[in-house]
Amino acid sequence: MNKTNLMALGLLSLSATLTSSAVFAGGNDDPLLTKVMLDQFEKGVDPQDPTQFSAQAWLGYDLNKLWLKTEGEYSNSDKQDLEIQALYSTAIAPYWDVQFGIKTHIKPTPNRNWAVIGVQGLAPYFFDIDAALFIGEQSRTAMRLSAEYELLITQKLILTPEVEVNLFGKDDAELGIGSGLSDVSAGLRLRYEIVREFAPYIGVDWRQKLGNTADYARSEGEDTQETQFVIGFRAWF
Amino acid sequence: MKSQYMIKPMIQTTNSELNNSRRQFVFGASAMLALMSIPFPKNAIANVLSQSLSQLSGKVFDLSIDYKMVNFTGKSARATVVNQLLPAPLLRWKEGETVTLRVKNNLDHDSSIHWHGIILPTEMDGVPGFSFDGIKPGETFEYQFTVQQSGTYWYHSHSGYQEQTGLFGAIVIDPATPDPVIYDRDYVIMLSDWSDEAPENIYAKLKKQADYYNYRERTVMDFFSDVNKNGLANTWNARSLWNNARMSDRDISDVTGSTYTYLMNGNPPQQGWQGLFEQGEKVRLRFINSSAMTIFDVRIPGLKMSVVASDGQNIQPVSVDEFRIGVAETYDVVIEPEVDNAYCIFAQSIDRTGFTVGNLTSDASLHAPIPPMDPRPVLGHSDMGMDMSGMDHSKMDMGGGDMSGMDHSKMAMGGGDMSGMDHSKMAMDGGDMPSMDHSKMVMDGGEMSGMDHSKMAMGGGDMSGMDHSKMAMDAAKATVSGLGLAGFGSNNEIKHINTEFGPQVDMRADAPKSGLHDPGIGLRDHQQQFNRKVLTYGDIKGLHPTYDTRQPSREIQLHLTGNMNRYMWSVNGVKFMDAAPLEFEYGERLRITLVNDTMMTHPMHLHGMWSELETGDPDFIPRKHTVLVQPGSKISYLVTADAKGQWAYHCHLLFHMPGMFRKVVVK
Ligand SMILES: [Cu+2]
Repeated sequence: MNKTNLMALGLLSLSATLTSSAVFAGGNDDPLLTKVMLDQFEKGVDPQDPTQFSAQAWLGYDLNKLWLKTEGEYSNSDKQDLEIQALYSTAIAPYWDVQFGIKTHIKPTPNRNWAVIGVQGLAPYFFDIDAALFIGEQSRTAMRLSAEYELLITQKLILTPEVEVNLFGKDDAELGIGSGLSDVSAGLRLRYEIVREFAPYIGVDWRQKLGNTADYARSEGEDTQETQFVIGFRAWF
Repeated sequence: MKSQYMIKPMIQTTNSELNNSRRQFVFGASAMLALMSIPFPKNAIANVLSQSLSQLSGKVFDLSIDYKMVNFTGKSARATVVNQLLPAPLLRWKEGETVTLRVKNNLDHDSSIHWHGIILPTEMDGVPGFSFDGIKPGETFEYQFTVQQSGTYWYHSHSGYQEQTGLFGAIVIDPATPDPVIYDRDYVIMLSDWSDEAPENIYAKLKKQADYYNYRERTVMDFFSDVNKNGLANTWNARSLWNNARMSDRDISDVTGSTYTYLMNGNPPQQGWQGLFEQGEKVRLRFINSSAMTIFDVRIPGLKMSVVASDGQNIQPVSVDEFRIGVAETYDVVIEPEVDNAYCIFAQSIDRTGFTVGNLTSDASLHAPIPPMDPRPVLGHSDMGMDMSGMDHSKMDMGGGDMSGMDHSKMAMGGGDMSGMDHSKMAMDGGDMPSMDHSKMVMDGGEMSGMDHSKMAMGGGDMSGMDHSKMAMDAAKATVSGLGLAGFGSNNEIKHINTEFGPQVDMRADAPKSGLHDPGIGLRDHQQQFNRKVLTYGDIKGLHPTYDTRQPSREIQLHLTGNMNRYMWSVNGVKFMDAAPLEFEYGERLRITLVNDTMMTHPMHLHGMWSELETGDPDFIPRKHTVLVQPGSKISYLVTADAKGQWAYHCHLLFHMPGMFRKVVVK
C-alpha cells in the first residue's frame, strides 16, 4: 500500500516538473512523447518451448520520463514468469539515465516486490547497458546487469548479441533462487528491419543456472542449462 | 548589345510557355528509381511541363494561407500553401517603395509570415511572441514597411512546422539605382525538401531514435573492407575514437532522402524544372534554399558560375564550379550558357541521399543529362573540433601578441589523430606539426594564452617545420584587449561555460578550426578530385565598402550545442525556453563568435540586423542574414545594433530551431 502511495506521489511530482512548454515562434522544443517498444516477442522453435516477451514503454520529456518495463514467459507448464517495473527516469549525463521505482514479480508465485534503483544508457563503443539493484521485503537484495550491442550487417539486417546476469543476496527456496550469481543468459538475434518500427527475427537463447540456484533446479529434476532457437519480432511506435 | 541595366524577368504569372499545360501527375516509386541517374526524363517533361513560379508584383499584395492536398511522391498529403501555391507566389518589390501585404489565415491554427533577410520594424518581422502575436485563425494581418534594400530574399511561416509543409516563397527586390549586376534574364531557383510525413511525427521519431532517417551507418561490411585496405590496427584506431565517443562519422543530416523528396521551384526531380535562354544571354539565377532541414550543394556541369550576391547583397564576383547553400541562404549567380545546349542545374543534398534538378536550355526539346551524386561524405576528426592539423592559424589576427603564452613545450606527437576530446589525454603518433601554418599570422597585440596546449603530448614530433618567421607583429593596431580587429574575426579564447556541461550536451569542440576557408564536409576534396572550385566564405567580399567601419566594442561568444542521441539542441547548453534574452545596446558595434560544439552544420539566422561576416578584408565586409557554422568550427561576424525591438536569432534547421534559439533585445 505504501508503495502505491509512493508511486502516486512520484507521478504527481513528475507531472509538476513536466509542465508543457509554450509553443513560441518555432514549435515546442520538448513535447510530451510516448514510446512503446516490444523488444522481443518470440516463440521457441521446439513446441515445448515457452512464448517469451520483453517490452518497455516510456512517457515523458527529453530528460525526465516514466518507464514501464515488463518481461515474462508463458507456457503450459508451471514455469511461467512475469515481472513488471514502474520507474521514474532522469538524465544524469549525456548518455545515462538514473531510474528508480518498483518492481513486482507476479509469477512464479509467491510474488515478490522490490524497490529498484538502476542506470540505463549507452556505454562507449555503443553498448546498451541496463543495470539495476533491487531491494525487497525481508531484506532481500538482487542485482541484474544486461548489455546489448547492435551489429549492422547491412542498414536493415542487424545482429544483436546480448548478455544478462542475475545475482541474489540470499536464498529464496520457495522460488528456487540461490544466493550469489544465480544465472547467466546470452542471446543472439538477427533481425531484418522491414521498416524501422517492425523487424522479424530469428535467434538463439542460452541460459545457465549457477551455484545454489543450479542446486535447487537439480533437486527439482530440472535442467540447469537450456538452449532455444527462437523466432519472433521486434516492434515499436 | 544588351544594356548593362536591362532586366528581363522571365518568371511571369501568365503566358509562360512552360506554364500552359500544367496538370496533375502522379509518379510511382518505380518510375522514380528508374530515373535516378539517367539522362533527363524527357518523357516526363514532354508529358508534364514543369511548373514555374507564379509572380506577384506591385505595392499591395493579398496573400491567403490555406491547407491544400498535394502529390509529389505518388501519395497525396496535406500542404500549407499561400494563394493555393507551393512554393508561395514570388513577390517582386522595388527598393524604396512601401509595400502592404494583407495576409489572411484560413488555417485552424495560428500562422505568420516572416520576411527573411528584410530589414524592417520589429512589429513587421512576423515572429509570433516577438513584438507580434501571430495571425489567429480567420484573421487578416496587414504588414506594411518600406523596402530599403534590393536583391534575392524569401518569406516563410514562423509558426510551428508550417514551413516544412510548404509555406515559403521568394522575394526579388529590384534596385532603385542601376543594378551593378549585368544580366539579361533571371530565374529564381527555389530549393526545398518535402515529406509526406507530418513534421510533428518527424520530430517525434528523431526524439525516439535519433538516427531514424540515417540509412548510411557503418556496417560490418565496411569494417571488413577497411581492414582489408588499411589493416586491423589502423581500422580499429580509426574507429575507436568515434565508438568511444558514441558518435557516428556518418551522421550528416538528421532527416534524409529516406523521407524527403527534394523540390526545385516545387518540381520533384522526376519532373524537373525547366528554364529557357536565348543566344548570347547572361542568365542570373537566384538560388534560395527554402528547405526545412536540407543543405544543398549546387553546380551546373559544364558552366562556370559567377557568384554575384550572397543573401541578397552584392558581392565582388567570384567564379566557381560549385557552392554550398545552407538552409535559408540565398546566392545569385550569373552564367553564360551557350546556345543549342542544355545544362543541368544539379542540387544534391549535403548527405547525398537525394537531389533535385532543373534543365536550362535554349531549346525546350534539349535535355541535359543528370550527373550522378558525389561520394557520400564521412565526418573527420576535425569535425569534432579536435584535429590539430585542422586548426587554421593562417589568418589569425592576434591582438596584443604575447607568444609566450603558447606553451608547446609539453606537446608530444607521432602519427595520427587525437585519441580523446579531452586534450589532457591527447597523444599524437606521427602527427604532422609542419602542417600548422603560422606563417601568415598577423599579430596585433593579441593574446595567445587562451590557447592551452600545455597538456598536449607530442611524441617524436618535428617542430622545425613550423614557420613563425613571417609573423607580423603590430601592437600599434591593438584594440580592446582580447578583441581582434574588425574584419578579421575573434581572438578570444574558446570557453566552455558551466551550462555546457550536463546531459543536454554530448560534445564540446576544444580546438575548433576556422570555418572561413573550409568548403565544408563532403566538398573538401572536390578541387583535387574533380577540379571544381568550390565557394568558401573566405572568398566572399562585399561589393560596397564596409558601412560601419567601427571596431567591435565587445564580443559575444555563443556555442551551438546539442545532444544528438537525445535529439536536443541548444545554445551554450541552454535551450530557448530556459534562456534569458541576449541584450544589444542600441547603436553598438559588436561581434558574435559562433562555436559549433556539434557535428552538424548549423545555419544561424539573426533577424532585423545584418550579420557582417569577417572574411579577412575589413574594407569590404560582406553582409549576410544566415551564416553556416561548420561542425567543430568557429566563425565570427559583426553586428551593428541599429534596430530597436525584439528579434529572433536561431538555427534555421527547423527541427533544431525550437531549442537552438535566442531572443535578442535591442534597447
Ligand atoms: Cu542547427
